[in-house]
Amino acid sequence: MATTSHPAPSFGASQARSEADNPSSLVMRFGPDKPLILESGRRIDHLQIGYQTYGTLNADRSNGILVCHALTGDQHVASTNPVTGKPGWWETMVGPGKPIDTDRFFVICSNVVGGCMGTTGPASTNPETGQPYGLDLPLITIPDMVRAQAMLVDALGIDRLYCVAGGSMGGMQVLQWAASYPDRVANALPIATGPRHSSQNIAFHEVGRQAIMADPDWRGGRYLAEDTSPRKGLAVARMAAHITYMSDEGLHRKFGRNLQDRDKVAFGFDADFQIESYLRHQGLSFVERFDANSYLYVTRAMDYFDLAADFGGRLANAFLGTKTRFCVVSFTSDWLFPTEESKSVVRALNAAGAKVSFVEVETDRGHDAFLLDEPVLFASVRGFLSASEGR
Amino acid sequence: MTSDGNSRAHSQRVDLLVVSELVDRGARVLDVGCGDGELLKLLVDTRGVDGRGIEISQDGVNECLARGLSVIQGNADTDLVDYPDDSFDFVVLSQTIQATQHPRRVLSEMLRIGRKAIISFPNFGHWSVRTSLGFKGRMPVTENLPYSWYDTPNIHFCTIRDFVELCRDADARIEKAVALDAGGQRMTLKAPWWFWNLFGQQAVFLLSRRG
Repeated sequence: MATTSHPAPSFGASQARSEADNPSSLVMRFGPDKPLILESGRRIDHLQIGYQTYGTLNADRSNGILVCHALTGDQHVASTNPVTGKPGWWETMVGPGKPIDTDRFFVICSNVVGGCMGTTGPASTNPETGQPYGLDLPLITIPDMVRAQAMLVDALGIDRLYCVAGGSMGGMQVLQWAASYPDRVANALPIATGPRHSSQNIAFHEVGRQAIMADPDWRGGRYLAEDTSPRKGLAVARMAAHITYMSDEGLHRKFGRNLQDRDKVAFGFDADFQIESYLRHQGLSFVERFDANSYLYVTRAMDYFDLAADFGGRLANAFLGTKTRFCVVSFTSDWLFPTEESKSVVRALNAAGAKVSFVEVETDRGHDAFLLDEPVLFASVRGFLSASEGR
Repeated sequence: MTSDGNSRAHSQRVDLLVVSELVDRGARVLDVGCGDGELLKLLVDTRGVDGRGIEISQDGVNECLARGLSVIQGNADTDLVDYPDDSFDFVVLSQTIQATQHPRRVLSEMLRIGRKAIISFPNFGHWSVRTSLGFKGRMPVTENLPYSWYDTPNIHFCTIRDFVELCRDADARIEKAVALDAGGQRMTLKAPWWFWNLFGQQAVFLLSRRG
């Protein structure tokens, strides 16, 4: 059902709505002959994957790097985002001459299953009903996302990836790739991530989901069919989550107790403080580009992630006999995925005898540091990828 | 696989060569406090080892990464406990033991993780150190030990004799010991401990578990 017409460069919600079915990026479609079998036992018979590529695949197809995006990211890793009009979300890392150098590597980035930027998700039209899937879409897990990516990589004719890289939820996918397809991943670069979602992280996600579902405009998940949107709930979800992406010291440095456009507090509930104004802005701009049901699905996928549980409760078993080289990166002020989470991955890899490097980057920018200008991170990634060993 | 600059670096550090000669070809090696990876790279290139490192400094870790080495940013005092028993053939501690908080615990951990341990360290019993302390009454600052007492990372100096004593206490068998003189050259093997302790500027020990 690809009938909607829309004025060309119209950034914002209407553009976001149309990206779900008709992404401005490349698209790969799979029919019922190639269903995506989900961990839940259910299946997606008409899988669509929105993706982008950068650089050129070499003759022996050995220079492919798959970049996995985080919770609210998308395939536009190094090119202008069609919804926001902003640069790609990791242009500091990916591009010509950048640490993930598109002059040398063929970079692939796809929107995750459950997303809302052109890969099958709750905002996509269900070809069997002509209506948005909404909550009829089966729940998705990180292994499901990775299996879909593997289908895409297969379709692109790539057997073995030079590297799979990503931060946060993207890092979970990297670990899953290394565990599910050890022979297809030469190098793995999990950044600011962990082998499972912690209780605290599940708690934060639950707050976000409840905010969305408490919004009367959510309509039991049927808001698209009823032509409305749980904007307030989604904005609150984003505001709560955004706090977890920063650090106390970073917030203090950036905002302190500074007031917003006023000399003294106004004795009311306006945004007196800069941090309030900043969070409100984050919430409002987020709802322009992201689907609320997608937020439910993708946060749930992260909550369900527990790599060790799938390997008899012992994380090292996920990596036994692996030939993949790993470079695990954490950030000192990240309290969403603290260094200890990365270290548990490193310990497991050591116990499995894997080739693992670990870098802890000193920064006060919290979890979001992986998306920001962090020279030590860039130097680590550049060094790790350019070293010829394991190629 | 590049080795630019390595051959020059290799020829300069006799202590690294001594260490590398103690390592079996193709062995699994953990280099604790591997710095910029010079020794580890030497071992990989010349002895074909399966090498890993631990290094505390960010710069060191990034140098290692760029050399294609697998190195964990961490610290000998706290991170050795993460490694399984017998996971390496050799665990190397090159010019680092004097900077650890708990040298004895580090030594025990090394012999738990590895079948053998190789430890090299500056000898605080060297005559120049004794002269500085004994005659000038000052903590020594030499080419080999360039730090002032108040900002040195080296908090647990020992002499060769002290180290031999530690090995006895820690149930480590000394398989081989080599002392290097002030010129960085190997000293005669037949010399007694007191001679090494006075004239050896550095020492390299190969240890194994007793019993």
